[in-house]
Amino acid sequence: MAKRIDVSGLSAYYGNHRAIDDISMTVEPRSVTAFIGPSGCGKSTFLRTLNRMHEVTPGGRVEGKVMLDDQNLYGKDVDPVAVRRTVGMVFQRPNPFPTMSIFDNVAAGLRLNGRYRKSELNDVVERSLKGANLWNEVKDRLNKPGSGLSGGQQQRLCIARAIAVEPDVLLMDEPCSALDPISTLAIEDLICELKERFTIVIVTHNMQQAARVSDRTAFFNLAAVGQPGKLVEIDDTERIFSNPSVQATEDYISGRFG
Amino acid sequence: MATATTHTPPPPGRNETTPPKSSAPSQAGDRIFLGLSRGSGIALLVIMAAIAVFLTYRAVLAIADNEGNFLTTSEWNPAGNPPVFGIAVLAFGTIVSSVIAMVIAVPVAIGIALFISHYAPRKLATPLAYVVDLLAAVPSIIYGLWGAIFLVPYLDGLNKWLDQYMGWTYVFDKSGEGVARNMFTVGILLAIMILPIITNVTREVFLQVPRMHEEAALALGATRWETIRMSVLPFGRSGIISASMLGLGRALGETMAVAVVLSPSFIISGRLLDPGGGTFAQNIAAKFNEANEYGRDALIASGLVLFVITLLVNGAARWIIARRKEYSGANA
Repeated sequence: MAKRIDVSGLSAYYGNHRAIDDISMTVEPRSVTAFIGPSGCGKSTFLRTLNRMHEVTPGGRVEGKVMLDDQNLYGKDVDPVAVRRTVGMVFQRPNPFPTMSIFDNVAAGLRLNGRYRKSELNDVVERSLKGANLWNEVKDRLNKPGSGLSGGQQQRLCIARAIAVEPDVLLMDEPCSALDPISTLAIEDLICELKERFTIVIVTHNMQQAARVSDRTAFFNLAAVGQPGKLVEIDDTERIFSNPSVQATEDYISGRFG
Repeated sequence: MATATTHTPPPPGRNETTPPKSSAPSQAGDRIFLGLSRGSGIALLVIMAAIAVFLTYRAVLAIADNEGNFLTTSEWNPAGNPPVFGIAVLAFGTIVSSVIAMVIAVPVAIGIALFISHYAPRKLATPLAYVVDLLAAVPSIIYGLWGAIFLVPYLDGLNKWLDQYMGWTYVFDKSGEGVARNMFTVGILLAIMILPIITNVTREVFLQVPRMHEEAALALGATRWETIRMSVLPFGRSGIISASMLGLGRALGETMAVAVVLSPSFIISGRLLDPGGGTFAQNIAAKFNEANEYGRDALIASGLVLFVITLLVNGAARWIIARRKEYSGANA
């Protein structure tokens, strides 16, 4: 079930340092939203506030509101563990569990949620691996370690692991930055398929990638090093890349800085 | 460097036929270092071989005249006529006390290591780690004295309780009234002694678990304990085994603490709470001074067996680690 994300007045801190300041935006369900901006502008930090991963960093804390449909993720009686079960995440570097087989990697999230029969697990693992366009490459070696796959395959394994639990939202933190162009293309195709079912937010340093895969693009910037990052604007991707309403956005996408 | 010097004329006074040596000082340094490290390596092998040959030679001398079966006799009388001695009691006592120590120490050590590395706030973790380090530095004779004077009286009560409520298990059935100078006490003391080394090594391994593996589990909605079970413990598995083997090595060979606490006797008994029994190292320490030449050879033979047991244990540990190598965190 894809859900709408509605962020209002969100700031995130590392200890006393404010990393991002007063961000508000809406992310529509079944769409791809890309975050772009120079290094250190807080786009990854912001992404990590959307599934309460920011606070696992020592000193990390958040102010503001993130609504997932009608539930505030930072509400008083909301368990961050439960949030992370409904908002999946894919990281910059592929991180399959090295001690688990391919099958167990995909089944890991399900096993956290409770006991499943073997046949149910088999179905979900097959469906998830097919969903991640990996099934044909690994169906004969499901019990081999996931760390034996190539980087691109590992990243698709991580995507399969994330979608196996049917999350409401899928967050991707520069999912292609450690991959070669062919693997990148495979992941981008996959993102376009996955947006039929999930709300996807992707952080990327690659502006062509943002232009290729996303429906909406958010541009983040910071006034100076050490200053908190801010959301400059969010708009339809086409508009951001052709006729942005803020000068800084145009400067950034045309390569004048960043 | 080399190409540059081939074009410059050799310095005056040097023989024209020798090839130019621009890096002469570092080459000399290399050669000295190579000689030193090679020499040390060879010396190590020579010393090891010398020890092995000496031990084996003396042991064979003793065993040749032994009237009992060296492996199965539960008697130690090399001064008798004919001499009769065997290591059955010692092997039993050594293994039983070490197993008790491992059963107690390994889970506790993993718990402490996890607490220091993943649960405790940094303000508490640093001093705690330091205290554990200090525990490792206490000499074993001090542990022995503490065990004999402090631990034994306290364990008397525990022994009575175990006898009363767990006596049906046989191992905790106490047949007499004796004080707690038994294998169970030795096991507990050994557990305390090997706790620091196991804790330290496992803590280091847990701290090396890559952040991204833990985040992978957290992002799937794992609780802290589930994260530890999914990424920290599997990643640290081989480290836990190595640490346990280090601890086991110390427990197998521990001498003074056992000698001070145990009231030894040459019996094999599954009743852990009855006084008596012995270990290889304790037996050697207790008898070496008063033994004659032949008696010492017999003790050396028992020491050789301890050496072999330690080797086997280490080999088994390496085998366990190697068996699941492709699943180890090292591939990540």
